[in-house]
Amino acid sequence: MIPFDYQRAAAPADAVAAVAGRPGAAFLGGGTNLVDHMKLGVAGPDLVVDVSELPLNHVLETDTGALRIGATVRNSDLAAHPLVRRRYPALCRALLSGASGQLRNAATTAGNLLQRTRCPYFQDTSTPCNKREPGTGCSAIGGHTREQAILGASAHCIAVHPSDMAVAMLALDASVGVLGPYGERTLPLDALHRLPGDAPEQDTVLRHGELITDVELPARRFAARSTYRKVRDRASYAFALVSVAAALDLDDGVVRDARVALGGVAHAPWRATRAEEVLRGAVASEGTFRQAADAELTAARPYGGNAYKVPMVRNTLVAVLRGLTAERPDRPYPGWHGPGLEEESG
Amino acid sequence: MNVRITLRVDGEERSTTVDSRTTLLDALREHLSVTSPKKGCDHGQCGACTVLIDGRRMLSCLKLLVGCDGSDVVTANGLGAASGKSEAVRDPAGELGGLHAVQRAFLDHDGFQCGYCTPGQICSAVGMFEEAAAGQPSHVTTDLADERIVLDDAELRERMSGNLCRCGAYVNILAALRAAQPRSPAGRAPSELPEDGA
Repeated sequence: MIPFDYQRAAAPADAVAAVAGRPGAAFLGGGTNLVDHMKLGVAGPDLVVDVSELPLNHVLETDTGALRIGATVRNSDLAAHPLVRRRYPALCRALLSGASGQLRNAATTAGNLLQRTRCPYFQDTSTPCNKREPGTGCSAIGGHTREQAILGASAHCIAVHPSDMAVAMLALDASVGVLGPYGERTLPLDALHRLPGDAPEQDTVLRHGELITDVELPARRFAARSTYRKVRDRASYAFALVSVAAALDLDDGVVRDARVALGGVAHAPWRATRAEEVLRGAVASEGTFRQAADAELTAARPYGGNAYKVPMVRNTLVAVLRGLTAERPDRPYPGWHGPGLEEESG
Repeated sequence: MNVRITLRVDGEERSTTVDSRTTLLDALREHLSVTSPKKGCDHGQCGACTVLIDGRRMLSCLKLLVGCDGSDVVTANGLGAASGKSEAVRDPAGELGGLHAVQRAFLDHDGFQCGYCTPGQICSAVGMFEEAAAGQPSHVTTDLADERIVLDDAELRERMSGNLCRCGAYVNILAALRAAQPRSPAGRAPSELPEDGA
C-alpha cells in the first residue's frame, strides 16, 4: 500500500475542501471497496479523507413525502428502516441481497453508489485495463467475458457496475445531492453513472472533490409495488450475474406507469426505458412482459462468454413483472417464501 | 504517516502508534497481541477476521486502524465471562465456565474442524443474533414489514453467509447456531426446531 495522510472530516464542506485541494486525495466511507483497492494497488491516494463520521446519517421524510437518505447511512440500517421496508420493497430487497452482514454494517449509501467494478482484470494490476490505466487496452475483450456487459459497452471497456442498491434506486426515480468546491447540485441518479465510451476510467460524472451528501426517493405510486430479483452463482454472498428492479402502478389490470432497471448488464445501472415504453398503457399480461423484455434486449451485444445473460435477463424480467402483478407483490417472485421454508407463514 | 490511536479491545483500553496503512486486523494481531481474529483472505471475502466494533460485526481486514480511534472492539477472545469486561457484549448469565453461549454451542456441537474460521464465525454469530433481535430483515425474510424475526435454518444460513469455512463444517456450525440462539421471552426463537441428528 502506498503511504498516505489521513484526516477525519467534521463537516461536509471540510471534506470537500480537503479533497478538492489535493489531486491525489480520496474520500473514505465504509472502506469495503477502497481499502481493498489500496491493498491491491488499484488505488493509491496520498490523502484519505474519512467521511464516514460526517453528520449525514439520517433517513428523513421530506415535506413532499420523499425519503431523504444521508450519504453515511449504513446499508444494513437503511434496509432495516421501517419506511424503506414498507414503502420501497425493491430497495430493501436489493440492499439485503448485497454482500454479507459484516459488509452491509460497514458500507455506506454513497460508497455503495461509487463502488467500482469487480471485473477481474480491473482488480489485477498485472493485466492491461483501460479503466485502471487509460490507454493500456481491455483484457476482458477476447478474454474471460462471463460476467461482463451486454448493453452499452464500448471497444474500450465491457465491465459492469456491481451495485444492487443503485439498480433499485434507479427504478425508484432517485436523485443524488452533491456538494462540491463550487456549491451544491442535484442530479437524477440516471445521470450519475457513465457508460464507458472512450473514457472508462470515469465511472461517474462527479468531478474531483465532489461529495455525495444524500439520495432522495420521491413519493411515487409505483414504489409500493416494486421488487428486486438477483440471479447469481450462489444463493448468497455473490455479485449479480443479472438483476432486475421493477415497479408497477396498475389500474384494473392495465399498467398506468412502470419502472424497470437492470443490474449486471452494463457499465452503469441500466434504466430499461424501452421496456418501460412497452409496459406503459398496456394490459399487464405475460405477452406484454415478453414484448417489454425483447424491446430492451434488441440493443444487447453479448461477448461470447456472456451470451447467456440475454435470455437470463428476458426470463428474469418477465418473472419479476409477473410476480409484481400477483396478489403479494412484495415477494421477489411468485411462490417466494424464503428458501428452506416448507410453507408460507403469515 | 504515524498516528497514535487509543481504543478499547476486549474491555481494556489500549494505545498504539501505527502507520496509517495499518488495518485493525494487523494492529490487533501484530501490535496488540490479540490473535483471535484470523487473517484469511485479507480482502473482505472470507469473514475470518470478523470482530464486533461498537457492537456491530465487521471485517477488521477492511478497517483502517486510524478510523478506529475511540472505538470499542470485541474479538472472540473477549466474549466470554472470564474476560467479559466489554461494554458492548457480555454473557448475561455469566455461568458458562468463562465461555460465551455461542462459544459453548460451537464446542457442544463440534462446529468446526481446523478452527481457523471459528473466532470469526463466533463473533459474526453474536452480531447476527443482535441484528435479528433488533428486527432486521434478511434476504430470505418473507414479510419485510414483520419485525419479529424467526431464525429458522434458511435465515441462519443466509445471515451467516459472510463467514466461509473451507473445512465445510457448516452442518455442525448450523447446529451450534440453532442451539445458541437467545430465547426471547415471547418464545419466538424456534427452540422447537429439530436438531438434525447433531
